[in-house]
Amino acid sequence: MSEQETPAPEGNGGGAAGNGGSAGGNGGGVVGTLTKKSFTSDQEVRWCPGCGDYAILATVQSFMPELGILPDDTVFVSGIGCSGRFTYYMDTYGVHGIHGRAPALATGIATARPELSVWVVTGDGDGLSIGGNHLIHALRRNVNLKILLFNNQIYGLTKGQYSPTSEEGKVTKSTPFGSVDHPFNPIALALGAEATFVARTMDNDKQHLTKVLRQAAEHRGAAFVEIYQNCNVFNDGAFDLLREKPQGSHNQIRLEHGEPIVFDEGTRCVAVGDNGRLVVAKVDEVDEGSIVVHDVHGRPSLAFALAHLSRGPTEPTAVGVFREVERPVFGEATIAQVDAATERLGKGSLDKLLHSGDTWNVG
Amino acid sequence: MTKQVEEKQRVIVRFAGDSGDGMQLTGDRFTNATAVLGNDLATLPDFPAEIRAPAGTVHGVSAFQIQFASTDILTPGDHPNVLVAMNPAALKAELASVEKGGMVIINEDAFTERNLQKAGYTSDPVTDGTLDGFQVYKVPMTSITVRAVEELGLTRKEAERSKNMFALGLLSWMYGRPTDVTLNWLHKKFGDKPQVYDANVAAYKAGYNFGETTELFANSYMVKPAPAQPGTYRNISGATALAWGLVAASTRSGLRLFYASYPITPASELLHELSRLKNFGVITLQAEDEISAANVALGAAFAGDLGATGTSGPGMDLKAETLGLAVTLELPMVIVDVQRAGPSTGMPTKTEQADLLLAMFGRHGESPLPIVAAKSPSHCFDAAIEAVRIAVKYRTPVILLSDTFLGNSSEPWLLPDVDTLPTIDPNFADGPNAGQEFLPYLRDENLARPWAIPGTKGLRHRIGGLEKEDGTGDISYDPENHERMTNLRAAKVEKVAEDIPPLEVDDPDGDAELLVLGWGSSYGTIRAAARRLREQGRKVAVAHLVHLNPMPTNTGDVVRAYRKVLIPEMNLGQLALLIRGRFLVDAQSFTKVQGLPIHLDELEAEILKVIEG
Repeated sequence: MSEQETPAPEGNGGGAAGNGGSAGGNGGGVVGTLTKKSFTSDQEVRWCPGCGDYAILATVQSFMPELGILPDDTVFVSGIGCSGRFTYYMDTYGVHGIHGRAPALATGIATARPELSVWVVTGDGDGLSIGGNHLIHALRRNVNLKILLFNNQIYGLTKGQYSPTSEEGKVTKSTPFGSVDHPFNPIALALGAEATFVARTMDNDKQHLTKVLRQAAEHRGAAFVEIYQNCNVFNDGAFDLLREKPQGSHNQIRLEHGEPIVFDEGTRCVAVGDNGRLVVAKVDEVDEGSIVVHDVHGRPSLAFALAHLSRGPTEPTAVGVFREVERPVFGEATIAQVDAATERLGKGSLDKLLHSGDTWNVG
Repeated sequence: MTKQVEEKQRVIVRFAGDSGDGMQLTGDRFTNATAVLGNDLATLPDFPAEIRAPAGTVHGVSAFQIQFASTDILTPGDHPNVLVAMNPAALKAELASVEKGGMVIINEDAFTERNLQKAGYTSDPVTDGTLDGFQVYKVPMTSITVRAVEELGLTRKEAERSKNMFALGLLSWMYGRPTDVTLNWLHKKFGDKPQVYDANVAAYKAGYNFGETTELFANSYMVKPAPAQPGTYRNISGATALAWGLVAASTRSGLRLFYASYPITPASELLHELSRLKNFGVITLQAEDEISAANVALGAAFAGDLGATGTSGPGMDLKAETLGLAVTLELPMVIVDVQRAGPSTGMPTKTEQADLLLAMFGRHGESPLPIVAAKSPSHCFDAAIEAVRIAVKYRTPVILLSDTFLGNSSEPWLLPDVDTLPTIDPNFADGPNAGQEFLPYLRDENLARPWAIPGTKGLRHRIGGLEKEDGTGDISYDPENHERMTNLRAAKVEKVAEDIPPLEVDDPDGDAELLVLGWGSSYGTIRAAARRLREQGRKVAVAHLVHLNPMPTNTGDVVRAYRKVLIPEMNLGQLALLIRGRFLVDAQSFTKVQGLPIHLDELEAEILKVIEG
């Protein structure tokens, strides 16, 4: 945790003076009694049957009560795409914005009101294509946002065009001869933007997803979580080779801070190769000393190398927290600057402002 | 010898030099001294888009024009009586606008062969007859300045830099401007850099004394203070007035101002000014792009702040989709468009008012929003408060139109009593509004919906860009609901018309046949043209729209009451299109798109033509 203190809720200045006055509403009034239901809205969920989004929604709704933050103090912001609907299903405050701009909209909310828990739900098209600029800038500024990027490697809502995370050669409606676009590596992109928290998890692994979300929620500042999410209509099975359930592919490299990076039931590992590059190797074929011990707080080069371990989810791929470091939080720093200026100069007087500089009187 | 002092009613001075010569600063200081003296005034800065165009070229000329008078004036004037040309390029660029027989004061030292060449002169205009018919004064400004500061141990280059202060001193003497205003300012600005301060003071005094002692100038001039309403005045530019208006609206509403913006000429001035005012609780955020700036402001509005963003034309294009979102979210927000000459990058430092139709219709779908346009530099203050008032009361984005001319030019401003400024009630929702339920799209008597901000107990709700069911705000694809919501959003904006003053007509005898209808920064020119024509016994009525959408309820009656309607605009007839379309009136356009304000002379001639035609 950083040394800065969280500003008091009245950080909103005059504007928030009216809040918190009312009781009423339905459920979720007291922290101790929060349940999954407290975070579940009355809207009918309308994703395609079998969509990975259902699993993510259910996990988020059941995990939120753990945080001890009232739904009234929680805001979900989303953009356009299948993930965009997420906001309507959470019984919190929410804004469903325009395509790609959720991080910017959420920056306004989180900066104005540092005491709120603000979540951004986006997808590979929304967050990495049309909204790529806002995503990287929210991460570099370290706005206090929890950004969940549902990556299904396809445009679902527009019915099946390739996305900026689709693999090269991908045949889709807009690439009948195969895509010639090189895909983004979302983890590497977030690391490149100097995000202070970067993680990856899977839609249907409730336990792992919950654990990563918990860590993201506890992080002060911007947390970027890539969630591999199956689109069973337009890109079914994209992550099957990575899934431990039901059949177990043994390709998942689980990252645990301070632990040697070993996977496939202890048989394979990530080791430092001859030229200093990270390699996937058999445990019994390398020196114990060359097995990489994961460190989320250290130099970004390790996280970067881990992000590039595979060319996609068809190869052994790392999941878990890649990086977690501390840096001043944008909204807190912004408000602190306002407070410091007010203390130094005194609370601004409009009358004095108008009369500042050269004035003259007429009889 | 004692020099004669001649009284003048009004004078137009134009300072022109290389963009590195500090002409804007010179003009600005001359303006302040003029303001403090009590003349009425109007200014027009005119500078190139390039930060440093090649020195000495015509592209690099930066000019500042001021008209000051002992009477009430309305424009910076068309044709300077005095041109101060710091180099040949300035003379070349500006001479054409100087009145016949006007005074041309040149910095003789700069008229070298090389500089003449850079300016594109093939022969010396001072001797080849170019200046015949003008009163020419050759003053070796650079060399006198260098001599005046020689004891300060500056390099020659540093010493030469103060020559603008020499020019300021000379003109200050010529028009009897108070010296203490400038000296005090220099002290405040450079007091902690003694050498720079001393050099500027020495140059300024050298210029002043030169005027007084040289035999070059036979007399100086006096322009008496203009009669004005009693009160305290200051000089104010449109950019500052607009920024302060937003701050005033914040103070009067108790809402914190959250201004998000991306740097763009000429709107950056707003970001600069507001970012200085943090002790008013103002948050400023320099966003990664225009789209972000709009979304950050909208997010801040959702969170309960006074969300505002400012830009110019290119940024308006980029913000369009977000404005549509704000229209459907029905959240208060102000979008300032300081218009500049377009299309595309156009002429970034030049003025135009060609974004009216963009403001009206520049979003997909039916997405009306209120539009307020400032009409003078000081009116930017009131216009900003008005934009916020409408935004907050009606829960709607409001576009506030200014332009480069308004933003950069300045005029004396009778300071308002801050306690008399309008109060604005945020009226946040604090509880259920339908029995035990909270309906985010249940409307009040103004058709405005409740503003329930995160953190308010029990008022959780989700809003978004998808069409919403009337009342509940839930997603709805119901055909009739969409039509109802479309009509409701339009009706809400129309309702603002009931809440604004009627369009005032200035028609002294009430029997003019011609109405000149304007909007935005042409206000001063239109009034001045009408005044001149009335002095000649002509009848002309004038009216000026501040609310462009909705227009005042009597607008139709006003335009239909005149046999002829003339609409002067710095575009190709955008207001005219609206007026003709709305009211079936045969309004005529007078248009100008030169990146310059409409000149008084040309408007006067046009009005005369229409009256006689």
